[in-house]
Amino acid sequence: MQLYGKKTTSSLMLGTAQYPSPAVLVDAIRASQAEIITVSLRRETADGSGAGFWNMLTGLGLHILPNTAGCHSVQEAVTTAQMARELFGTNWIKLEVIGHADNLQPDVFALVDAAKILAADGFDVFPYTTDDLVVGEKLIEAGCKVLMPWGAPIGSGQGLRNPDALRAMRAHFPDVPLIVDAGIGKPSDAARAMELGMDGVLLNTAVAQAGDPAGMAKAMSLAIEAGRSGFTADPMQPRDIAVPSTPVLGMAELM
Amino acid sequence: MQIIVNSKPTDITVTSLAAAMVELGFLDCAVATALNGQFVPKGMRESVELSQGDRLEVLAPMQGG
Repeated sequence: MQLYGKKTTSSLMLGTAQYPSPAVLVDAIRASQAEIITVSLRRETADGSGAGFWNMLTGLGLHILPNTAGCHSVQEAVTTAQMARELFGTNWIKLEVIGHADNLQPDVFALVDAAKILAADGFDVFPYTTDDLVVGEKLIEAGCKVLMPWGAPIGSGQGLRNPDALRAMRAHFPDVPLIVDAGIGKPSDAARAMELGMDGVLLNTAVAQAGDPAGMAKAMSLAIEAGRSGFTADPMQPRDIAVPSTPVLGMAELM
Repeated sequence: MQIIVNSKPTDITVTSLAAAMVELGFLDCAVATALNGQFVPKGMRESVELSQGDRLEVLAPMQGG
């Protein structure tokens, strides 16, 4: 896939949170073959724990996508993005502006406002959004060149709750990279997203909270590759009736 | 004077943000700062003067999804 001029072989973007240990995280990243990983910013503690994490990540040589997770307002998200740009040395920002405490759905109005400010300030904005077409259009107008619709609420592992809406997004934005972000639980969910024509999948909890994170990372990677190949191979359309796959011509009369 | 550092009331004896960062022990370069909700670039810390009650946020890289 190609995002803001950066080409990657892998269509998987992997989050770095909630792993049992840093070593398990590194194993999972390697097994996933992801070239883009997401990170965040949090209050630094006196022991400088952030520095250790950062040193470990830079050693992996991957592309870093910082997020504004936990921000609930335009002001918070913009300030966090500016801090992330200095800290991580990248214009990339995964823009999250959370609007609801229960399902963590984006506040799409604040999202569009923040995207406008950040795009005008030179950021490459990756907006975490819903599957609403009109919001997608507003985000493109705001300067976003990638859209990241949710599959299901963050961390829910419910898979794709509204595949029809994702299909509509694909049809409506044929030239905009679409990444399903949030809600993936199993490899089949990721494969399905790719079969719908998505350009990539961003996931975290499904791998981090699996019994074997590295094993699940590999499974996700394979599923995403399979789903993408399935999409480009132009699958058959489902039919309402059975159609024999073995030719009936030349059948023996044995009754 | 007292400022609020990452939500904690903290006494400092210096007035510039750069000096306060040293006094507070944030010597590592892998942090970003915001004062009263506004980003302060690293290069500007020297010229930013703190006032009583200012809210300072010091953020570092962390795991994220």
